[in-house]
Order: sequence, then C-alpha cells, then structure tokens
Amino acid sequence: MEFRPSHEIYTRRFGRNVGVAVLLVAFVALVFALTVVKVTGGDPMKGFDHVFEPVLLPDPGKTP
Amino acid sequence: MAEIRVFDGVPEAGFGDYVQLLKPRVMSLVVFTALVGLLVAPVRLHPVEAFAAILFIALGAGASGALNMWWDADIDAVMKRTKSRPVPSGRVGASEALAVGLALSGISIVMLGLATNLVAAGLLAFTIFFYAVVYSIGLKRLTPQNIVIGGAAGAFPPMIGWVCSTGSVSIEAVLMFAVIFMWTPPHFWALALFMKEDYHTAGVPMLTVTHGRKSTRAHVLAYSVLLAPVAIWTAATSIGGPFTMAVSVVLSLWFVKGSYDIWRRDEVIAEVDKYAVEKTFFRFSLLYLFVIFAAYLIEAALKLYDLGGW
Repeated sequence: MEFRPSHEIYTRRFGRNVGVAVLLVAFVALVFALTVVKVTGGDPMKGFDHVFEPVLLPDPGKTP
Repeated sequence: MAEIRVFDGVPEAGFGDYVQLLKPRVMSLVVFTALVGLLVAPVRLHPVEAFAAILFIALGAGASGALNMWWDADIDAVMKRTKSRPVPSGRVGASEALAVGLALSGISIVMLGLATNLVAAGLLAFTIFFYAVVYSIGLKRLTPQNIVIGGAAGAFPPMIGWVCSTGSVSIEAVLMFAVIFMWTPPHFWALALFMKEDYHTAGVPMLTVTHGRKSTRAHVLAYSVLLAPVAIWTAATSIGGPFTMAVSVVLSLWFVKGSYDIWRRDEVIAEVDKYAVEKTFFRFSLLYLFVIFAAYLIEAALKLYDLGGW
C-alpha cells in the first residue's frame, strides 16, 4: 500500500495548530499562576454579606 | 485520474505570518519601555503580575499593529518596504487581520485589568483606540504631522507600565510619555530624509514631500530642542538622580547637536556624502532612547543600595 506524499500545506497547517495549542496552554498556565498569586497575596477578599462583622471595621488606631 | 490542485499558488499563512501581523519589532520597544515604567514605579508588583502586565501591554500593542495592517493594506501593497507584509502579500486576509486585532485587543485589555488594575486597562484601551482609529484610520492620510500623532501612541507604554504598579498617573509617568513623544518625530523624520520612500505613490502625506526637505530638517531641530528639557526634567523627578541627570544632559546635548548638524545641511551636501549625518543621527536616536530608559532602570537599581535617587 502506498500513500501519496501529503501536500506542503498540511505541514504548514500543522505548525499553525501546534502554535495555537502552545499559546492556549501557556495562557491557561498564566491565568492559573495569576490566580494563585492573587489569592495568596492577601488582597482583601472578604465582603459584607448582610452580617455585622467587627473584623471589617476600620482600625480605630490607624488613620485612614 | 484528475487531480484537483486548488491550493497550489494560493499562499496560506503559517504561524509566523500571524506573528508578523503583530509587528514584533515595534513590540520589542513596547516591552522595554513598559517594563521600565513598571519597574521604576515606587510600588512593587508580584513578579507574576509584572510579567502578565508586560505581556498584555505587548499583546495590546500587537493588536493595534494588526488593526493597522488591516486598515493600511492598500498603502502597504504600494510601498516597497511593506508590500511583503502578510496582508498585502495575500497570506492573511484583511478581514482575518481585523478579527485577530479585535480579539487580541479585547483579551489584552480584560487580562491587563484583571492582572493589575482598571486604570491601566483603560489606558491600554485608549492607546489601541488612538493608534488604530485616531492615527491609522483618521489622521495618517490627512496631515504631514502624522508622525507626531503616531508617536503619541508609541509613548503610552511606559505610562501604562507605571500605572500597572501604582494605579494612577503621576508627573513621572507623564514625563516618560513626553520623552518618547518628543523623540519620535526627529527619529522618523531623520529616517525619512535618507530613506526617500515612496510615500507619495501611496498617498501618505510625509513632511519631506508636503513641506520639503528643508522644512523637515527644521522640524527635526525644533523637536530635538524641545526634547532636551523634557528629558532633563524627567531626570529631576523621583525616578531620576545624579546618574540619570548626567546621562540625560550629555545625551540630550548630543542629540541637539546632531539635529543642528542636520538642519545646517542642504540636499546638495547630503547627496555628496550619501546622507552620512542623517544616518548617524538616526542610529544615535535609537541609542538615545534605549540609554535614557536604561538609565531610569539603573537609577532604580542603585536606589536599592542607597546609591541612586535625589
């Protein structure tokens, strides 16, 4: 059985697909890394949820 | 058996053609200046945030490059230097360039906003709008001052970098903007003096064509004289210090001297030495911007050891 050599265009399309795949994986990795940094970075993430929480009151000893 | 060869002769884009669409050489300058803006700011970002910020600023710049290639395909097809670009050569369709440009604009703006802050994202959005709409679609084909307007778009990255770190625009950010803004016209007009590109066939009003070469030489001198105080003022702010001041003063005086040499010459003398002075000035102008911004960075590094700064 003999296959015809594939057209050059398929190699180019393959290259393009690999490029897009690498970019997508890199993007996912970056978003994950950003998430880890933002979550562990200590940004204030606690919101008011209709319950009085003294911990969220401004510190009286500190000037705003 | 009949063979159908519809693909033959029709160029199809490879991955690199899409990269070309983003103007990688312009991007490298954007990465450098944005990085300097981000690092000299008094607030430290986490390295991952800083990396993401620079990446998405560069991507935004690339997006505006793609939008520019979509709109300017007709000009690019006429001019020798640009006719092998992906769109005029037919490897990438114009509508595809538009789609890539719009998609990357959206991604870069949203991601910059999430990675840093909304002011930075807004500035990036404005920069893309300014370059693609105000410059490319609006004024590039109308006024010989197009270089000045395009330069403004190129001047935003260090300001965006600064805002990524600090969350607001301050005098240092404005001055870094002003340095690139004032630097761009003499840089490009010096190039226009010796490149003699076929802008007129493309219908782009270039100062060398509309107002003549003598006037262009005067413009180079005028902007260089305006650039010097801006660069020196920047060195006097919180991002500067004695080192930056010394570098800025010496290089700016040299810059003005070079533009004065250009102004003094006429075409006859320039033809004789094959535009040697203009070419030297052009190369020096590249070095000028690089060294000035590197100096801000070095000053910031010196501050870590209590050596730099005022």
